Amino acid sequence: MAAETVRRRRQDVFEEQRFLGTLLIAPAVIFIIVLVGAPLVLAIYLSLTDATAGSLTGEFVGFRNYLDAWESENFRRALRNTVLFTIVSQLIVVVGAGLLAHALVRDFRGKWFFRFLVILPWATPVALSTVAFLWILHPLYSVPNWTLTHDILPGSHAFFPYKAVNWAFAREFWPDAIQISPIEPIDPPQWLGEPNLAMAAIIFVHAWRILPFATVIFIAGLASMPPEIDDAALVDGATGLKKFWYVTLPLQLPIATVAVLFGIVFTATDMTVVYVLTHGGPFNSTHVLTTWAFDTGINGGALGEGAAISLYLLPALALIAILMLRFARRVEVT
Amino acid sequence: MNRRRETLTSYLVVAPFAIVLAFPFYWMLMTALRADNDLYNVDVVPYKFNAGSPTSANFRFLFEQTEYGRWLANTALVGVAVVAITLVLSLPAAYALARLSGSWGQSIGVAIFLTYLVPPTLLFLPLNRVVAELDLHDRLWSLVLVYPSFTVPFSTWLLMGFFKTIPAELEDAALVDGASRIGALVRVVLPLSVPGILTVVIFSFSLVVNEFVYAITFISSSEARTVSAGVPTELIRGDVFYWGALMAATLIPAIPLALFYNVFLNRFIAGFRGGAFR
Repeated sequence: MAAETVRRRRQDVFEEQRFLGTLLIAPAVIFIIVLVGAPLVLAIYLSLTDATAGSLTGEFVGFRNYLDAWESENFRRALRNTVLFTIVSQLIVVVGAGLLAHALVRDFRGKWFFRFLVILPWATPVALSTVAFLWILHPLYSVPNWTLTHDILPGSHAFFPYKAVNWAFAREFWPDAIQISPIEPIDPPQWLGEPNLAMAAIIFVHAWRILPFATVIFIAGLASMPPEIDDAALVDGATGLKKFWYVTLPLQLPIATVAVLFGIVFTATDMTVVYVLTHGGPFNSTHVLTTWAFDTGINGGALGEGAAISLYLLPALALIAILMLRFARRVEVT
Repeated sequence: MNRRRETLTSYLVVAPFAIVLAFPFYWMLMTALRADNDLYNVDVVPYKFNAGSPTSANFRFLFEQTEYGRWLANTALVGVAVVAITLVLSLPAAYALARLSGSWGQSIGVAIFLTYLVPPTLLFLPLNRVVAELDLHDRLWSLVLVYPSFTVPFSTWLLMGFFKTIPAELEDAALVDGASRIGALVRVVLPLSVPGILTVVIFSFSLVVNEFVYAITFISSSEARTVSAGVPTELIRGDVFYWGALMAATLIPAIPLALFYNVFLNRFIAGFRGGAFR
């Protein structure tokens, strides 16, 4: 009798499941369709028209926006920068987060405090921490420059050793073999005023701010390794690097790959760091696709072309999505 | 012996990273507490306080002569509202995807997750027009409406994974005892999902606080700004940078948030592990 009621009850639940399931899923799905799906379609539509700021429609122009964008030197530079900036900062993040996560899963005194220091960049709104870097790299009052010219490189302020060397050896008195030409004080670099240095600064700031979160994800990955594996590795005599190479790395690879793919999406599609740090300058040399799209679409008012520029990211994102699905499935298997 | 060596390596690895990652914050603090005539003097050592410093002038300027307090309140408000909307939309969806639906549920789950990969930088141009058409420009509502578009997909995916780790037998027992589906969800599943929910709350909130692109495109009046957009646009006026105030403005949200994240970090990690790396 009791079994009968349970079975009936199950059937009822099954009956309502379809309805209930749809009811519970629908709000989220509708919301996403309206706020992600529709704007994406609208973006694709806009990119095929000559729409300008202030209107949602325009004349259909086919792929002209894409071709126009491609023709522009600034666009190509932005594309190159996006690739460079993403790859280099991700490399730094993966290596750094891997090391840090390994160190932080262990227990040691003061760990809480160190962890606090490490997650500070993650807790800070990125637009604000980028402003802090603007100050740290200031042309006149920058910290690295002050330190370099006062204590390390020959500067106009202090660094006395070079003055002593000049005083001793830069004189007529010595034969040619010994006499040196006087060491000149070095003009400290303008970190954000030179294309290559500015690009390096952007990469550094990005790596700096992604590293903490990547570390947290890696810790989650390491912590999900069953403890039996540690014991098994110990029994087999695998320790240190060997254990890392033959045990930890293969087990962590799928998780790390998913984390890296996320990181690539975050980095390639971010515009805050570049926008605040250099605003694409000097001379449009540090634009990435997103800031170039913003400048063209919002500041320049060419809505269609701006949309086309940002949509150049779509194929790359689609590729990443495919990779992600592949690896995510493997994560579930392990 | 081995243990001590491991501890030592930990210190040797963590310390340099901690210095590089936290140095800017030391620098912000030094700058925020400086008087202007100390700050803009290249002849003094910037690593210590000189004449006139430390001072609270920058903090006072921030709260008395700018809308900073308002921006903080706006950010908190949008954050709380977005977290609430995110939970309301993603909790039921995630539960249904994990339990009630079969293979098509799996596909919808994947599709929802993939939308997370569509970034704001792709959508801000059309959404800006939509926001203008809806007359939501310069209103916090525009952010409250749009932000869940990047918190819901990720949260749904994470919670879906989390719910799957909770044995279905527990609910079945509750169902046999006469509870309804929803009752079982609220009384059995939710209490067991606290780490996952906490992860979603922290993650969503941190995304909201960080968001910049929508915040500067949708809002242009000073009093409706969030911290992220207000500080870089209003405290930098043309060529005039209020450096001391800027650094103070960065520290004020950063320190409490970092403390908060640190306190909940273990649970955040547990939630992430349960949801993402089954």
